[in-house]
Amino acid sequence: MTVKSPNLVSVAWLRRVGAMASTLLVTSFLVFSSLYLAPGDPVAFLVKGRSPSPEQLAAIRHEYGFDKPFPVRYWDWLTGLLHGDFGQSYQLHASVASVIGSRLPSTLLLVALATVLIVVLGVGLGVFGALRGGKGVVVAVTVGAAVPSFTAAIVLRSVFGVRLGWFPTVGTGSGFGDELHHMLLPAIALAITFMALVTRVTRAAMLEELGREHVEVVTSRGLPRTAVIRRHVLRNALGPVVTVSALLISGLLVSTAIVESAFGMNGVGSLLVSSVNHMDFPVVQAVVLLVVAAFVVVNTVVDLVYPVIDPRVRAAR
Amino acid sequence: MSSVTVSGPRPRFGGAAARLAAVARLTWPVRICAALLVLVVLGAVSAPWLAPYDPASGDLSSTLAGMSGDHWLGTDAGGHDTFSQLLAGGRTSLLGPLGVVVFSTVSGVLAGLFSAWRGGWVDALIGRVLDIMFAFPSLLLAILAVALFGKGLGAPVVAMAIAYMPYTARLVRGLTQQEKMRPYIAAYRVQGHSGTFIALRRVLPAIGPTVLAQSTVNFGYALLDLAALSFLGLGVQPPTADWGAMINQSQAAVLEGQPLSAVLPALLVVVVVVAVTVVGEHFGDRLSGREAKA
Repeated sequence: MTVKSPNLVSVAWLRRVGAMASTLLVTSFLVFSSLYLAPGDPVAFLVKGRSPSPEQLAAIRHEYGFDKPFPVRYWDWLTGLLHGDFGQSYQLHASVASVIGSRLPSTLLLVALATVLIVVLGVGLGVFGALRGGKGVVVAVTVGAAVPSFTAAIVLRSVFGVRLGWFPTVGTGSGFGDELHHMLLPAIALAITFMALVTRVTRAAMLEELGREHVEVVTSRGLPRTAVIRRHVLRNALGPVVTVSALLISGLLVSTAIVESAFGMNGVGSLLVSSVNHMDFPVVQAVVLLVVAAFVVVNTVVDLVYPVIDPRVRAAR
Repeated sequence: MSSVTVSGPRPRFGGAAARLAAVARLTWPVRICAALLVLVVLGAVSAPWLAPYDPASGDLSSTLAGMSGDHWLGTDAGGHDTFSQLLAGGRTSLLGPLGVVVFSTVSGVLAGLFSAWRGGWVDALIGRVLDIMFAFPSLLLAILAVALFGKGLGAPVVAMAIAYMPYTARLVRGLTQQEKMRPYIAAYRVQGHSGTFIALRRVLPAIGPTVLAQSTVNFGYALLDLAALSFLGLGVQPPTADWGAMINQSQAAVLEGQPLSAVLPALLVVVVVVAVTVVGEHFGDRLSGREAKA
């Protein structure tokens, strides 16, 4: 009974990946058809704020295939996506893929830096809060969760950028070290809210695990406190943290819009904002789709990997 | 026939005495936060009478002034009185999230109740739809709405209500499933009450307080999202006063070393959200405590 045939496991994997594919399909449809929610003629909407030449207008008609029926249009767009073709940016006169591609590294570095801060400090504070911190950590979490990245950006920039002059206040920097220097304040601004979330989740999970019987058992058997915490409490407590990672990634990606705008950085987030301002809908569509896809994919990966992290789940399945 | 009587969950608040007792049980942090919220709401409501200056028109002879008798909290780069703007900005900054919470709570409660009450394939289908909705972060959906319908407060509020709805729906679904198992529901069924009546008139009041506690916390998140949208210049447009828009307008002043007009609204947002969260979680905790004791 306890031995699962590998066949069953792979069926579960297939089903999960299939669910992911169908979710991606539905979201792509929603994002594509959202264009038709805009008031008025879609073509007029797409060229709003510009005065295109008749040739450009014809090109847009052709690109979006407005001469074809809706399902065909969607199919063409979707197959284009699969080939990495996200259409043309009106504002920047380049393909959407190349526009996003040129800005993605900077945004990914920012998100990665923030993720390191979130995981190290968030989990650390959560563990500390569960083991000794009393009210202090609870207060810090409540306040931290309420500090939006724009508030953090304003305060950090004002204090460490302008007043103390320790960090540059604008731009992305060149060269890895300089880039890192430019990115530290933005990464902190980006991380604070999510750090509070991770701290709260870790602390709650730690407290729950600490009260479990198996912890009492290993403690009474004389295992050193640090070993108990590390092997029997922390390992089990990390599960809930992993579960929120999809939420974390998509939240971080969206929040780069705020942080990159606040610090004048050239990333995907600030691209999204400027594209909305310039009514560059193909870029907006592509960024929205990427963020949603990131959520769906990370969520699926977490689901698939979770039994490896926490074998109890595998046993229960 | 008449000997069978069923009493549903007792009314939560019984008269003025019970209400006073409830206030007396509040801890100090909760009291302070509640008082702060009352103050902010009063300030926003009475902004037209309280504000010493017109928040929409700036005095270019006194830009970026510090705190003084004339301008209690200084002025921004356009010479707008910061105190007046904070008061007036409270209106848009609080009304927006209120709209989000009302829309998302009503639709979430209906979807969650229906889903759990019907069960079966209806439940599975609604669950699948909610799963897909979860993939759209609220701020992203709001930005998409702005791209489609233009800047302002209307479209983003609707978009964010849609984005917040699944959280309420999932909570309501879980609570309703628990409640459905209780004996009093079976008793009502035996008495011949319709499912709709039991769900709306008996189950909903029983789970209502927990849902409202969650909605209060959602209000804080919605306030943050909408302020972020205005900060990006995509939400409330000047000269209409709004906390997020104020920060956006004062970004250049921060680089000139005059951060006051940006920092004040930025901190006010934090204070209000902390207060909302503390009050919301207090009631949430108390309710879950009561459930545990019962």
